[in-house]
Amino acid sequence: MTINTLAKGGWHREQMTCFQKMEKVIVAMQDPDMGMKMRNQRLLITVIPHAMTGHDIITWLIQKYSICEEEALHLGGMLLKYGYIYPLKEPRSIVLHPDETPYRFQTPYFWTSTRWPASELDYAIYLAKKNIRKQGELMEYEKERYSVLHKRINHTWDFVVMQAREQLRASKQRRKADRIVLECQEQAYWLINRPPPGVGNVLDMGLERPNNFSLRVTLNSDYYKREIETCRRALGRNRVKSSICLEGFVKYSEQYQNHDPIMQGCLPSNPWISDDTAHWTMNAEMVPTPTRLRVECWSFSFMELLKDVMGRKEFMTYLEKEFSGENLCFWQACEDIRHGESSKIAEKVEEVYKNFLAPGAARWVNIDSKTMDKTLEGIKRPHRFVMDDAQMHIYFLMKKDSYPRYLKSDLYKNMLAKAIIPQETKKSVFPFMRRQRHSSPSPAQAAAQATEEDGRGKGAGPAGTNSDV
Amino acid sequence: MSEWCICSVFALQKVSIIIVIFACVVCKYIIYLSEVQLNETLAHLKTESETLKSKLEEERAKLHDVELHQVAEKVEGLGQFVMKTRRTLKGHGNKVLCMDWCKDKRRIVSSSQDGKVIVWDAFTTNKEHAVTMPCTWVMACAYAPSGCAVACGGLDNKCSVYPLSLDKNENLAAKKKSVAMHTNYLSACSFTNSDMQILTSSGDGTCALWDVESGQLLQSFHGHAADVLCLDLAPSETGNTFVSGGCDKKANVWDMRSGQCIQSFETHESDINSVRYYPSGDAFASGSDDATCRLYDLRADREVAIYSKESIIFGVSSVDFSLSGRLLFGGYNDYTINVWDVLKGTRVSILFGHENRVSTLRVSPDGTAFCTGSWDHTLRIWA
Repeated sequence: MTINTLAKGGWHREQMTCFQKMEKVIVAMQDPDMGMKMRNQRLLITVIPHAMTGHDIITWLIQKYSICEEEALHLGGMLLKYGYIYPLKEPRSIVLHPDETPYRFQTPYFWTSTRWPASELDYAIYLAKKNIRKQGELMEYEKERYSVLHKRINHTWDFVVMQAREQLRASKQRRKADRIVLECQEQAYWLINRPPPGVGNVLDMGLERPNNFSLRVTLNSDYYKREIETCRRALGRNRVKSSICLEGFVKYSEQYQNHDPIMQGCLPSNPWISDDTAHWTMNAEMVPTPTRLRVECWSFSFMELLKDVMGRKEFMTYLEKEFSGENLCFWQACEDIRHGESSKIAEKVEEVYKNFLAPGAARWVNIDSKTMDKTLEGIKRPHRFVMDDAQMHIYFLMKKDSYPRYLKSDLYKNMLAKAIIPQETKKSVFPFMRRQRHSSPSPAQAAAQATEEDGRGKGAGPAGTNSDV
Repeated sequence: MSEWCICSVFALQKVSIIIVIFACVVCKYIIYLSEVQLNETLAHLKTESETLKSKLEEERAKLHDVELHQVAEKVEGLGQFVMKTRRTLKGHGNKVLCMDWCKDKRRIVSSSQDGKVIVWDAFTTNKEHAVTMPCTWVMACAYAPSGCAVACGGLDNKCSVYPLSLDKNENLAAKKKSVAMHTNYLSACSFTNSDMQILTSSGDGTCALWDVESGQLLQSFHGHAADVLCLDLAPSETGNTFVSGGCDKKANVWDMRSGQCIQSFETHESDINSVRYYPSGDAFASGSDDATCRLYDLRADREVAIYSKESIIFGVSSVDFSLSGRLLFGGYNDYTINVWDVLKGTRVSILFGHENRVSTLRVSPDGTAFCTGSWDHTLRIWA
């Protein structure tokens, strides 16, 4: 008899699901029809029934789940790590060998999930039994733990010793084979639940997640009212047919496939594989001649063009030729308001109004009257999103009108024509000679230098303490 | 339990002995009635909410005329897939919990259980900065878009920003700025399009948007019923939404301006550990403790794919897409990385290497590699 503490409610929820799934696998493995063929295994002079070899386990897993050997080895290894299978010959080596090494299923009584968490009392009884049986010849770490436990639960020590003696007496009445099996099973259980020092604790679950959510969020009427509101809005949504949406994914993946280094490789070479940073140098923010893939990307969507600093600059050049550069300037200024410091919003909005929206402004932008009125009204109490409608209007104006024309323009076509297609770097003649990996300037350093240059330019400030990195 | 009751006190004024009084029968009955009323209203609301949810599922199913793998039949299958560990970053003394890439495509920041946050040049494997947080379990870290600062937090319930100084003698902790304050652990954080705003998610069930300069709360997002574990910002043109996933098995899409939940998906069977947008912004993937990854289309407003295999038993901790969105990488609690063909729904490859749980996974900004962090104290770069 042992005392089993915490109810199942104290479980880590994620682990419970995993244990249940592993147990399904174990049960399937022991199925009389579809399970593994078991055989008797000789251990010294005793015959242990219902054992299997590592090879058996792996073959069964490969067949059942249609996986490769490496994965089967890994999955079987997990079953071992969590104590569902244990090795017969070397119990401390909890590794799955793909050969004739014998293994056995752990009895459900000793499944980690059945007896969770492993109690101190049970461990004390186990060590006491071992101590008596081996006449004090415990392993070093077991001796240490034994004495620690002795101190900690000293008040129940009589009970511990009594239990140990009782269990030993009961086991002597069993057949030798059964006794050995039970000892093996119990030892396997404790090797998992109280691993020796240096062996990772596979049952380390990390931070516990709450089982009782009411401690986190009160499911009161406010919560449900919000849920209902969200649902009502969602019901009123316009939905698009699956066939159209999913076709979109196919098209997108196709369009970007050549640009995906993991799928298609990258030119001249992937820096992580070849240790050559040429790919990054060629695709730096500002280069004299961009790569072809990069310029092609600008034609995929307006957002791609704007995302790329160089693309944006090119587009600005084009717009200025068309005398509509103020649109992009306005858009950038609005972005700055949206993502900038809260404290500067009011002054930035004022600037934007002066430059772009006021009647007779130097760079007046053409917004429809409804949006203009709404924006001017909002400017009276400037906030982060006050320019959103106007910004959106100009964004879509550029997207629908200027952008497609830019793509057809000579400016873009010439850029595309002179764009580089890097040569693939041939693999080094001596592949074992690794290229030197050069460090690059930290963005923090670049920013520090920029501020310093600004400082110097303005002629103010003390002599800088530039740190040499 | 004794309750002072006003009517009882008046009655006993004449008695000079102070005795314990129970609330009179009338008051107790009144309290009982109002509680019953509240419970009835609550039950009523709960039922209404559930009915609406079923109706929503019915509506969502109406326009579902084809499965993703059917549409993808005409797409060429993927060939043999070879990805290896190209760099191993050693230096953390305990479980690595989170990492993020710098926009320069080679630097990363990582955080661990022992409170250390390290900035590496992953290409050379050199450590460039290290900060020791005052708390353990730093579950969230993020690199600022400018590359000049990092944000991190965890069991301290806060998100702090550290400007990266190049002066080797300077203690980074000295310039630390406390930005976010939650009432429970910080699970994830991300800068928005600039260094000026941070989005956070917390074990207190909420997400929040903060102004870095002033530490002011700009917007809070309520709607999850339990811990929020992850978030991701949408790459859309209008850049105003983000998605979050939590222990309540829900993935919610939020409007950053109004704080409202725009869309909600509840098809996972367990905690959602990771959410990531598809590169076009029209969908997002999620990874959960139920050992599946799922794809949700935002225009169709439904789940459109499940990535699972019978032999995959352990939960997904982290997901990310390759640059074209064709591949989905998942880091799992059984120490492996599974690579999925997003369109066909099949598992393309399984990668081994880590010796403990993979806790975090991110593809680099230019898609040349992805980085994983693990409970085995290391980070690996795969390409």
